[in-house]
Amino acid sequence: MNATTSGGDGWQDRLYDQLRAADVTIFSHVPDAGHATLIDRCGADPDAISVPLTSEEEGIGIAAGAHLGGKRAVLLMQSSGVGNCINQLSLIQHGAFPFLTYVSMRGEYGEGNPWQYAMGKAVQPVLEAMDVHVMTASSEEDVQSMTQAALTMSFNAERAVAILLSQRLIGAKKF
Amino acid sequence: MSNDPNTGKRLVRKTAVPALIGNPDDFLIVTGLAGPARDIGGMTGDSPNTFQFAGAMGGALATALGLALAQPTKRVLCVTGDGDLLMSMGSLALIGALKPSNLSVVCVDNALYQETGGQPSHTSMGVNLATVASGSGFPVTRDVTTKEELEEAAGVLRQTNSPSFVLLRVDESQAPRFSRNLQASETKTAFRKALLGVR
Repeated sequence: MNATTSGGDGWQDRLYDQLRAADVTIFSHVPDAGHATLIDRCGADPDAISVPLTSEEEGIGIAAGAHLGGKRAVLLMQSSGVGNCINQLSLIQHGAFPFLTYVSMRGEYGEGNPWQYAMGKAVQPVLEAMDVHVMTASSEEDVQSMTQAALTMSFNAERAVAILLSQRLIGAKKF
Repeated sequence: MSNDPNTGKRLVRKTAVPALIGNPDDFLIVTGLAGPARDIGGMTGDSPNTFQFAGAMGGALATALGLALAQPTKRVLCVTGDGDLLMSMGSLALIGALKPSNLSVVCVDNALYQETGGQPSHTSMGVNLATVASGSGFPVTRDVTTKEELEEAAGVLRQTNSPSFVLLRVDESQAPRFSRNLQASETKTAFRKALLGVR
Protein backbone atom coordinates (compact mmCIF):
# COMPACT_ATOMS: atom_id res chain seq x y z
CA MET A 1 0.00 0.00 0.00
CA ASN A 2 1.30 3.43 -0.89
CA ALA A 3 -0.76 6.36 0.30
CA THR A 4 -3.12 4.93 2.85
CA THR A 5 -6.67 4.96 1.63
CA SER A 6 -8.08 5.33 5.16
CA GLY A 7 -9.66 2.66 7.27
CA GLY A 8 -12.10 0.52 5.36
CA ASP A 9 -12.10 2.86 2.35
CA GLY A 10 -15.76 3.53 2.98
CA TRP A 11 -15.73 7.19 2.01
CA GLN A 12 -14.23 6.43 -1.39
CA ASP A 13 -16.92 3.88 -2.17
CA ARG A 14 -19.55 6.35 -1.03
CA LEU A 15 -17.98 9.02 -3.25
CA TYR A 16 -18.14 6.70 -6.25
CA ASP A 17 -21.78 5.93 -5.54
CA GLN A 18 -22.53 9.63 -5.10
CA LEU A 19 -20.98 10.49 -8.47
CA ARG A 20 -22.76 7.64 -10.25
CA ALA A 21 -26.06 8.68 -8.68
CA ALA A 22 -25.46 12.11 -10.25
CA ASP A 23 -25.10 10.52 -13.71
CA VAL A 24 -21.32 10.78 -13.89
CA THR A 25 -20.38 7.93 -16.22
CA ILE A 26 -16.90 8.81 -17.52
CA PHE A 27 -13.95 8.60 -15.13
CA SER A 28 -10.59 9.85 -16.41
CA HIS A 29 -7.58 9.00 -14.31
CA VAL A 30 -3.87 8.47 -14.05
CA PRO A 31 -2.49 5.73 -11.80
CA ASP A 32 -2.82 6.98 -8.24
CA ALA A 33 -2.94 5.33 -4.85
CA GLY A 34 -5.21 8.01 -3.45
CA HIS A 35 -7.84 7.33 -6.11
CA ALA A 36 -7.31 3.56 -6.28
CA THR A 37 -10.80 2.66 -5.09
CA LEU A 38 -12.54 4.90 -7.62
CA ILE A 39 -10.31 3.66 -10.41
CA ASP A 40 -11.14 0.07 -9.51
CA ARG A 41 -14.85 0.80 -9.18
CA CYS A 42 -15.23 2.52 -12.56
CA GLY A 43 -13.23 -0.23 -14.25
CA ALA A 44 -15.58 -2.86 -12.82
CA ASP A 45 -18.77 -0.90 -13.55
CA PRO A 46 -20.41 -1.99 -16.82
CA ASP A 47 -22.31 1.30 -17.01
CA ALA A 48 -19.26 3.51 -16.55
CA ILE A 49 -16.28 4.24 -18.78
CA SER A 50 -12.76 4.12 -17.36
CA VAL A 51 -10.32 6.32 -19.28
CA PRO A 52 -6.67 5.65 -18.35
CA LEU A 53 -4.93 8.87 -19.38
CA THR A 54 -1.31 9.09 -20.47
CA SER A 55 -1.16 12.57 -18.98
CA GLU A 56 -3.57 14.57 -16.88
CA GLU A 57 -4.35 17.29 -19.43
CA GLU A 58 -6.12 14.73 -21.58
CA GLY A 59 -8.79 14.64 -18.90
CA ILE A 60 -9.71 18.23 -19.77
CA GLY A 61 -10.53 17.36 -23.36
CA ILE A 62 -12.32 14.19 -22.28
CA ALA A 63 -14.56 16.26 -20.00
CA ALA A 64 -15.28 18.83 -22.72
CA GLY A 65 -15.93 16.19 -25.37
CA ALA A 66 -18.17 14.25 -23.01
CA HIS A 67 -20.23 17.39 -22.41
CA LEU A 68 -20.52 18.01 -26.15
CA GLY A 69 -21.93 14.50 -26.34
CA GLY A 70 -24.27 14.92 -23.37
CA LYS A 71 -22.37 12.91 -20.74
CA ARG A 72 -20.77 13.78 -17.42
CA ALA A 73 -17.09 13.15 -16.73
CA VAL A 74 -14.75 13.65 -13.79
CA LEU A 75 -10.96 13.78 -13.72
CA LEU A 76 -9.05 11.98 -10.96
CA MET A 77 -5.45 13.08 -10.54
CA GLN A 78 -2.67 13.83 -8.12
CA SER A 79 -1.46 17.31 -7.22
CA SER A 80 1.62 16.91 -9.42
CA GLY A 81 -0.67 16.47 -12.43
CA VAL A 82 -2.43 19.79 -11.93
CA GLY A 83 0.54 21.53 -13.47
CA ASN A 84 0.10 19.51 -16.65
CA CYS A 85 -3.44 20.80 -17.07
CA ILE A 86 -3.06 24.54 -16.99
CA ASN A 87 -3.20 25.52 -20.67
CA GLN A 88 -5.90 22.96 -21.43
CA LEU A 89 -8.07 24.63 -18.79
CA SER A 90 -8.38 27.46 -21.35
CA LEU A 91 -10.88 25.20 -23.08
CA ILE A 92 -12.96 24.87 -19.92
CA GLN A 93 -12.78 28.53 -18.92
CA HIS A 94 -13.34 30.03 -22.37
CA GLY A 95 -15.93 27.47 -23.45
CA ALA A 96 -17.80 27.51 -20.12
CA PHE A 97 -17.69 23.73 -19.95
CA PRO A 98 -18.68 21.91 -16.76
CA PHE A 99 -15.57 20.53 -15.09
CA LEU A 100 -15.10 18.53 -11.90
CA THR A 101 -11.79 17.16 -10.73
CA TYR A 102 -10.61 15.39 -7.59
CA VAL A 103 -6.99 16.05 -6.69
CA SER A 104 -5.29 13.72 -4.25
CA MET A 105 -2.76 15.92 -2.53
CA ARG A 106 0.93 15.39 -2.06
CA GLY A 107 3.38 17.93 -0.78
CA GLU A 108 1.36 19.14 2.17
CA TYR A 109 0.30 17.61 5.53
CA GLY A 110 2.96 15.10 6.60
CA GLU A 111 4.70 14.78 3.22
CA GLY A 112 8.03 12.96 3.34
CA ASN A 113 9.19 13.49 -0.25
CA PRO A 114 10.61 16.96 -0.72
CA TRP A 115 10.05 16.84 -4.51
CA GLN A 116 6.31 16.99 -3.91
CA TYR A 117 6.20 20.33 -2.13
CA ALA A 118 6.61 22.64 -5.13
CA MET A 119 3.50 21.44 -6.91
CA GLY A 120 1.70 20.80 -3.64
CA LYS A 121 2.03 24.49 -2.84
CA ALA A 122 1.11 25.58 -6.37
CA VAL A 123 -2.08 23.55 -6.85
CA GLN A 124 -4.57 26.02 -5.43
CA PRO A 125 -3.12 29.27 -6.84
CA VAL A 126 -2.64 27.91 -10.36
CA LEU A 127 -6.12 26.38 -10.45
CA GLU A 128 -7.62 29.63 -9.22
CA ALA A 129 -5.61 31.55 -11.80
CA MET A 130 -7.41 29.46 -14.43
CA ASP A 131 -10.81 30.29 -12.89
CA VAL A 132 -11.30 26.93 -11.18
CA HIS A 133 -13.18 27.02 -7.87
CA VAL A 134 -11.10 25.15 -5.28
CA MET A 135 -12.34 23.38 -2.14
CA THR A 136 -10.18 21.34 0.22
CA ALA A 137 -11.64 18.23 1.84
CA SER A 138 -9.97 17.27 5.11
CA SER A 139 -12.60 14.84 6.35
CA GLU A 140 -14.99 12.23 5.00
CA GLU A 141 -17.88 14.58 5.71
CA ASP A 142 -16.18 17.26 3.62
CA VAL A 143 -15.98 14.90 0.65
CA GLN A 144 -19.70 14.18 0.73
CA SER A 145 -20.90 17.75 1.22
CA MET A 146 -18.37 19.34 -1.14
CA THR A 147 -19.22 16.80 -3.81
CA GLN A 148 -22.89 17.65 -3.53
CA ALA A 149 -22.05 21.34 -3.91
CA ALA A 150 -19.57 20.74 -6.73
CA LEU A 151 -21.99 18.64 -8.77
CA THR A 152 -24.42 21.56 -8.82
CA MET A 153 -21.71 24.13 -9.50
CA SER A 154 -20.18 22.20 -12.37
CA PHE A 155 -23.01 20.45 -14.16
CA ASN A 156 -25.78 22.97 -13.47
CA ALA A 157 -23.89 26.27 -13.41
CA GLU A 158 -21.19 25.26 -15.95
CA ARG A 159 -18.38 26.12 -13.58
CA ALA A 160 -15.03 24.44 -13.07
CA VAL A 161 -14.51 22.93 -9.62
CA ALA A 162 -11.60 21.13 -8.00
CA ILE A 163 -11.93 19.21 -4.74
CA LEU A 164 -8.53 18.73 -3.15
CA LEU A 165 -8.29 15.57 -1.04
CA SER A 166 -5.90 16.54 1.74
CA GLN A 167 -3.29 14.19 3.12
CA ARG A 168 -5.14 14.72 6.41
CA LEU A 169 -7.88 12.65 4.77
CA ILE A 170 -6.05 10.19 2.55
CA GLY A 171 -2.96 9.84 4.71
CA ALA A 172 0.62 10.75 3.89
CA LYS A 173 2.73 8.25 1.97
CA LYS A 174 4.99 6.41 4.39
CA PHE A 175 8.73 7.04 4.15
CA MET B 1 12.72 20.67 -45.51
CA SER B 2 15.86 18.95 -46.74
CA ASN B 3 15.29 15.89 -44.58
CA ASP B 4 11.69 15.48 -45.69
CA PRO B 5 11.37 12.31 -47.77
CA ASN B 6 7.97 13.46 -49.00
CA THR B 7 9.05 16.75 -50.56
CA GLY B 8 7.45 16.89 -54.00
CA LYS B 9 4.96 14.16 -53.07
CA ARG B 10 2.34 16.29 -51.42
CA LEU B 11 -1.27 17.01 -52.32
CA VAL B 12 -2.79 20.47 -52.74
CA ARG B 13 -4.37 21.33 -49.42
CA LYS B 14 -7.51 23.15 -50.59
CA THR B 15 -8.67 20.25 -52.73
CA ALA B 16 -7.18 17.31 -50.81
CA VAL B 17 -8.89 17.96 -47.47
CA PRO B 18 -12.45 18.19 -48.90
CA ALA B 19 -11.78 15.21 -51.17
CA LEU B 20 -10.71 13.10 -48.19
CA ILE B 21 -13.50 14.11 -45.85
CA GLY B 22 -16.32 14.11 -48.38
CA ASN B 23 -19.70 14.97 -46.88
CA PRO B 24 -18.91 16.50 -43.47
CA ASP B 25 -22.45 15.75 -42.33
CA ASP B 26 -21.40 12.10 -42.06
CA PHE B 27 -19.51 13.00 -38.89
CA LEU B 28 -19.42 14.88 -35.63
CA ILE B 29 -16.18 16.82 -36.13
CA VAL B 30 -13.65 18.21 -33.65
CA THR B 31 -10.80 20.20 -35.19
CA GLY B 32 -7.46 21.26 -33.84
CA LEU B 33 -6.52 24.91 -33.95
CA ALA B 34 -5.32 27.00 -36.91
CA GLY B 35 -5.22 25.48 -40.40
CA PRO B 36 -7.43 22.41 -39.85
CA ALA B 37 -10.07 24.60 -38.16
CA ARG B 38 -10.16 26.76 -41.29
CA ASP B 39 -10.13 23.71 -43.57
CA ILE B 40 -13.30 22.47 -41.88
CA GLY B 41 -14.79 25.94 -41.36
CA GLY B 42 -14.39 26.60 -45.07
CA MET B 43 -16.16 23.34 -45.89
CA THR B 44 -18.99 23.64 -43.40
CA GLY B 45 -19.43 27.33 -42.56
CA ASP B 46 -19.37 26.75 -38.79
CA SER B 47 -21.95 24.00 -39.07
CA PRO B 48 -23.16 22.88 -35.62
CA ASN B 49 -21.82 19.37 -36.15
CA THR B 50 -18.32 20.88 -35.75
CA PHE B 51 -16.39 22.11 -32.72
CA GLN B 52 -13.22 23.96 -33.63
CA PHE B 53 -10.30 24.80 -31.37
CA ALA B 54 -8.58 28.17 -31.59
CA GLY B 55 -6.34 27.64 -28.56
CA ALA B 56 -5.59 24.95 -25.95
CA MET B 57 -3.18 23.41 -28.44
CA GLY B 58 -2.97 19.65 -28.13
CA GLY B 59 -6.52 19.20 -26.86
CA ALA B 60 -8.39 18.20 -29.99
CA LEU B 61 -7.69 14.46 -29.87
CA ALA B 62 -8.79 14.05 -26.26
CA THR B 63 -11.91 16.13 -26.88
CA ALA B 64 -12.82 14.03 -29.89
CA LEU B 65 -12.30 10.91 -27.79
CA GLY B 66 -14.55 12.25 -25.03
CA LEU B 67 -17.23 12.91 -27.63
CA ALA B 68 -16.79 9.47 -29.18
CA LEU B 69 -17.15 7.80 -25.78
CA ALA B 70 -20.26 9.86 -25.02
CA GLN B 71 -21.86 9.18 -28.42
CA PRO B 72 -20.94 5.61 -29.33
CA THR B 73 -23.53 5.37 -32.11
CA LYS B 74 -22.25 8.47 -33.96
CA ARG B 75 -19.18 8.65 -36.18
CA VAL B 76 -16.68 11.14 -34.72
CA LEU B 77 -13.88 12.67 -36.78
CA CYS B 78 -10.92 14.58 -35.39
CA VAL B 79 -9.19 16.76 -37.97
CA THR B 80 -5.97 18.23 -36.74
CA GLY B 81 -2.51 19.31 -37.82
CA ASP B 82 0.94 17.89 -37.41
CA GLY B 83 1.87 20.54 -34.84
CA ASP B 84 -1.18 19.89 -32.68
CA LEU B 85 -0.66 16.16 -32.91
CA LEU B 86 3.03 16.34 -32.07
CA MET B 87 1.95 18.08 -28.87
CA SER B 88 -0.50 15.32 -27.99
CA MET B 89 1.11 12.07 -29.12
CA GLY B 90 0.17 10.48 -25.82
CA SER B 91 -3.45 10.83 -26.87
CA LEU B 92 -2.74 8.55 -29.82
CA ALA B 93 -1.74 5.94 -27.24
CA LEU B 94 -4.91 6.65 -25.26
CA ILE B 95 -7.09 6.15 -28.33
CA GLY B 96 -5.03 3.17 -29.47
CA ALA B 97 -5.52 1.55 -26.07
CA LEU B 98 -9.27 2.17 -25.84
CA LYS B 99 -9.93 1.55 -29.56
CA PRO B 100 -13.28 3.35 -29.86
CA SER B 101 -14.71 1.98 -33.09
CA ASN B 102 -16.53 5.25 -33.91
CA LEU B 103 -13.49 7.56 -33.95
CA SER B 104 -11.35 8.48 -36.94
CA VAL B 105 -8.43 10.89 -36.96
CA VAL B 106 -7.17 12.92 -39.92
CA CYS B 107 -3.84 14.67 -39.58
CA VAL B 108 -3.40 17.40 -42.18
CA ASP B 109 0.39 17.32 -42.30
CA ASN B 110 2.05 20.26 -44.05
CA ALA B 111 5.31 19.60 -42.22
CA LEU B 112 5.48 23.11 -40.82
CA TYR B 113 4.10 25.46 -38.21
CA GLN B 114 2.37 27.77 -40.66
CA GLU B 115 0.49 29.77 -38.05
CA THR B 116 3.69 31.02 -36.45
CA GLY B 117 5.64 31.81 -39.58
CA GLY B 118 6.38 28.52 -41.28
CA GLN B 119 8.97 26.98 -38.99
CA PRO B 120 9.63 23.36 -40.01
CA SER B 121 7.85 20.75 -37.91
CA HIS B 122 9.28 17.42 -36.82
CA THR B 123 7.43 15.65 -39.60
CA SER B 124 9.83 17.37 -42.01
CA MET B 125 12.71 15.83 -40.07
CA GLY B 126 11.79 12.19 -40.27
CA VAL B 127 8.89 11.79 -37.85
CA ASN B 128 6.07 9.79 -39.44
CA LEU B 129 2.84 10.29 -37.52
CA ALA B 130 1.09 7.42 -39.31
CA THR B 131 3.78 5.12 -37.98
CA VAL B 132 3.38 6.64 -34.53
CA ALA B 133 -0.38 6.01 -34.74
CA SER B 134 0.20 2.44 -35.83
CA GLY B 135 2.66 1.86 -33.02
CA SER B 136 0.17 3.44 -30.63
CA GLY B 137 -2.39 0.76 -31.37
CA PHE B 138 -4.51 2.19 -34.19
CA PRO B 139 -5.53 -0.94 -36.12
CA VAL B 140 -5.97 0.99 -39.38
CA THR B 141 -3.65 3.73 -40.62
CA ARG B 142 -2.95 5.35 -43.98
CA ASP B 143 -0.16 7.61 -45.20
CA VAL B 144 -1.63 9.53 -48.12
CA THR B 145 0.45 11.31 -50.74
CA THR B 146 -1.42 10.53 -54.01
CA LYS B 147 -4.94 10.97 -55.39
CA GLU B 148 -5.43 7.21 -55.54
CA GLU B 149 -4.52 6.83 -51.90
CA LEU B 150 -6.82 9.74 -51.09
CA GLU B 151 -9.85 8.02 -52.58
CA GLU B 152 -9.17 4.80 -50.73
CA ALA B 153 -8.60 6.64 -47.44
CA ALA B 154 -11.97 8.44 -47.72
CA GLY B 155 -13.59 5.03 -47.34
CA VAL B 156 -11.33 4.13 -44.44
CA LEU B 157 -12.66 7.12 -42.45
CA ARG B 158 -16.15 5.69 -42.72
CA GLN B 159 -15.45 2.11 -41.73
CA THR B 160 -17.21 1.23 -38.54
CA ASN B 161 -15.30 -1.61 -36.95
CA SER B 162 -12.27 0.20 -35.52
CA PRO B 163 -10.64 3.58 -35.03
CA SER B 164 -8.61 4.76 -37.99
CA PHE B 165 -5.88 7.28 -38.64
CA VAL B 166 -5.18 9.02 -41.93
CA LEU B 167 -2.05 11.10 -42.42
CA LEU B 168 -2.74 13.50 -45.28
CA ARG B 169 0.48 14.96 -46.66
CA VAL B 170 -0.30 18.39 -48.07
CA ASP B 171 1.71 21.21 -49.57
CA GLU B 172 2.56 24.52 -47.95
CA SER B 173 -0.42 26.41 -49.36
CA GLN B 174 -2.71 28.15 -46.88
CA ALA B 175 -5.93 26.66 -45.58
CA PRO B 176 -9.02 28.49 -46.88
CA ARG B 177 -9.64 31.91 -45.40
CA PHE B 178 -12.65 31.53 -43.17
CA SER B 179 -13.69 33.84 -40.36
CA ARG B 180 -15.05 31.32 -37.89
CA ASN B 181 -16.75 31.96 -34.56
CA LEU B 182 -14.01 31.99 -31.94
CA GLN B 183 -16.42 32.03 -28.99
CA ALA B 184 -16.23 28.44 -27.79
CA SER B 185 -19.13 28.87 -25.37
CA GLU B 186 -21.33 29.71 -28.37
CA THR B 187 -20.09 26.93 -30.63
CA LYS B 188 -20.40 24.48 -27.73
CA THR B 189 -24.00 25.50 -27.18
CA ALA B 190 -24.83 25.29 -30.89
CA PHE B 191 -23.24 21.84 -31.05
CA ARG B 192 -25.25 20.55 -28.09
CA LYS B 193 -28.49 22.04 -29.37
CA ALA B 194 -28.06 20.37 -32.73
CA LEU B 195 -26.98 17.00 -31.31
CA LEU B 196 -28.90 16.78 -28.05
CA GLY B 197 -31.66 19.37 -28.30
CA VAL B 198 -30.49 21.03 -25.09
CA ARG B 199 -28.15 23.87 -24.35
